[in-house]
Amino acid sequence: MRGLLYVLTALAVIGLAFWAYQENYKTQAAIAEVRDLHQEIGAAHERLSMLRAEWAYLNRPDRLADLADLNFDRLGLLPLMPDAFGAADQIIYPLPPIAPIVNPIELSADDLAALENDL
Amino acid sequence: MTRTPLRPLARILRARAEGENPDAIEAENRARRHAAMADKQRQRAEGRLLVLGLAFFCAFGLIGMRMGALASSVPEEPRASVAGNPIIGQRSDIVDRNGRILATNLATHSLYAHPRDMIDPAAAAKGLVEIFPELNEAELLEDFTGDRRFLWIRRQISPEQMQAVHDIGSPGLLFGPREMRLYPNGPIAAHILGGASYGREGVASAEVIGVAGVERQFDAYLRDPANEGAPLQLSLDLTVQAAAEQVLAGGMSIMNAKGASSVLMDIHTGEVISMVSLPDFDPNNRPAVLTTGDQSDSPLFNRAVQGVYELGSVFKIFTTAQAMELGLINPNTMIDTQGPLTWGRFRIRDFKDYGPELSTTDVIVESSNIGTARIAMQIGAERQREFLDSLGFLAPTPLEMVEAPTGRPLLPPNWSEISTMTISYGHGLSSSPVHLAAGYASLLNGGTRVEPTLLRRETVEPGPRIVSEAVSARSREMLRQVVVRGTASFGEVPGYSVGGKTGTADKPRTAGGGYYDDKVISTFASVFPTDDPQYVLIVTLDEPSENSGEEPRRTAGWTAVPVAAEMIRRVAPLLGLRPQVDTSQPVGVTLTAN
Repeated sequence: MRGLLYVLTALAVIGLAFWAYQENYKTQAAIAEVRDLHQEIGAAHERLSMLRAEWAYLNRPDRLADLADLNFDRLGLLPLMPDAFGAADQIIYPLPPIAPIVNPIELSADDLAALENDL
Repeated sequence: MTRTPLRPLARILRARAEGENPDAIEAENRARRHAAMADKQRQRAEGRLLVLGLAFFCAFGLIGMRMGALASSVPEEPRASVAGNPIIGQRSDIVDRNGRILATNLATHSLYAHPRDMIDPAAAAKGLVEIFPELNEAELLEDFTGDRRFLWIRRQISPEQMQAVHDIGSPGLLFGPREMRLYPNGPIAAHILGGASYGREGVASAEVIGVAGVERQFDAYLRDPANEGAPLQLSLDLTVQAAAEQVLAGGMSIMNAKGASSVLMDIHTGEVISMVSLPDFDPNNRPAVLTTGDQSDSPLFNRAVQGVYELGSVFKIFTTAQAMELGLINPNTMIDTQGPLTWGRFRIRDFKDYGPELSTTDVIVESSNIGTARIAMQIGAERQREFLDSLGFLAPTPLEMVEAPTGRPLLPPNWSEISTMTISYGHGLSSSPVHLAAGYASLLNGGTRVEPTLLRRETVEPGPRIVSEAVSARSREMLRQVVVRGTASFGEVPGYSVGGKTGTADKPRTAGGGYYDDKVISTFASVFPTDDPQYVLIVTLDEPSENSGEEPRRTAGWTAVPVAAEMIRRVAPLLGLRPQVDTSQPVGVTLTAN
């Protein structure tokens, strides 16, 4: 009986050691992955902040004003003035939808020529 | 184990036969047995001691090895920690009230040299000068061939420059990462942001520290890693600020002014929506501080906060409001304006003679110094001082900038009766445009104290009451009348009911002794819309002169007011204020006689 207990204890120790060994390696792998992810996130943050800075630089009011002046012929942008405000009743009602085509006639140049010959 | 008997029969019998004492045998055997037992126990104890010693040795050895490893290894960040975000270590951004970026960081590189590692210093120096023309080739070569081991070449370089330096191919030219503070909008809001520079510098990194404005004021907050990159949100509106700067710059050049400033403030919360001081500068390339001459001539000087001026007639509304609050007058009380008013050797005059008397409203509308001074005499020095103190005119503004405490108002050393009279129309007390904006906001928002702030605030508890709602409303109506039929008639903006007061103050001579005849500070302090006050706008021009007429006109009505009106026209729609259009008649209905 006692011998069996010893054997079982020894087996339990071996089993636990094996489990701890595996857990240790899993933890190491997880830590390495977290480190890589942190690096990736850090790089992404840096890129994001760079892009945000570039966005802010390209959208600076001076540049937008210059662009609006340059493209005035096409866009006709003016500074927002009090007369830009409108009333709700200035908006037109939606146009009635176009009725679907129910009885289509196909007409090509050949048909037209044939029609003229008949006449 | 076979147990040896103490009295073995054979030996006993032999001993008896030989006449010896058999007890001696027993004693001998007993002694032998005891010796064997003692031996065994000693062995066991020795074994135990050995095991215990071994255990202690291992334990101490482990601790010692760990200590040695900790002491000799390079420190490293805990990798498996859960708390906090270890990634964002940058200085926080500064954003406007809508989240648009005012200041951010850019990752660049610095360039340094290890001259000992150079193979061909002459070629390296030549290549560097081709990339950076401002460097001196002879000096570089001298540094590279001397006995220096380390040399900074440039603090910040662009990626293109970095590639070009890389292409030189010298092993002695090295790059370090360097964070750079970037103000993407250039000179917009330059005075508020201030600027940044480097503190302690190393090869691997450098501290970015604020040198002025909110960058300096909130330096600790911006650098605090606990914020995890949360931006600092200001009350400014970038679009409004840009429009205000554009209008003010145009107005400054049309009116031939040497400087200009404007403050636009939310009347209820005290948030500064835009604050401009011209001339300005680019915080990306902050100019050096003047070492000689007047600091107020430097573009770094913030006229809106640091510049304290006698602002003139814009103060009159405070005098009438206080008198109304005290019940001394009402808007229709007739005030004696017979001039000149003599007090000792002083004579108080008006711009022109307004006849024997004017109503209180007309004293404001016509801007009568004599009338205001007479009202101030009824109030008295002590009460006037207390009232101006409650509006914040006696202390520097609590604005969140390092420069704010330098904008300390200049008060008369002795608040005498003549001081009371001159201060009632804005002479003898110098204050900054931000003071004036806060004072107007406190007086006209319904009468509760407003503290100016640069930080975004959602809601603000109303401050202590200064004047009653009724007095505030009457003051607004008086200011509206100034625009409708008074000195600020150019201030009418279609769709917005603007009220305001002009102020034209002669500049005091810098050397002392009186005032200039041809140099003025002209100010227009306005509130809009007057029926539902939302914003206060102060526009100040330094030494303006409007030269379209036969002789130069310098009064605020001709200089500051048109600029302010244009600014309101540009800025009010951006602030979401809808113009109030008079609907004269319903469309399509014609009135006919029956």
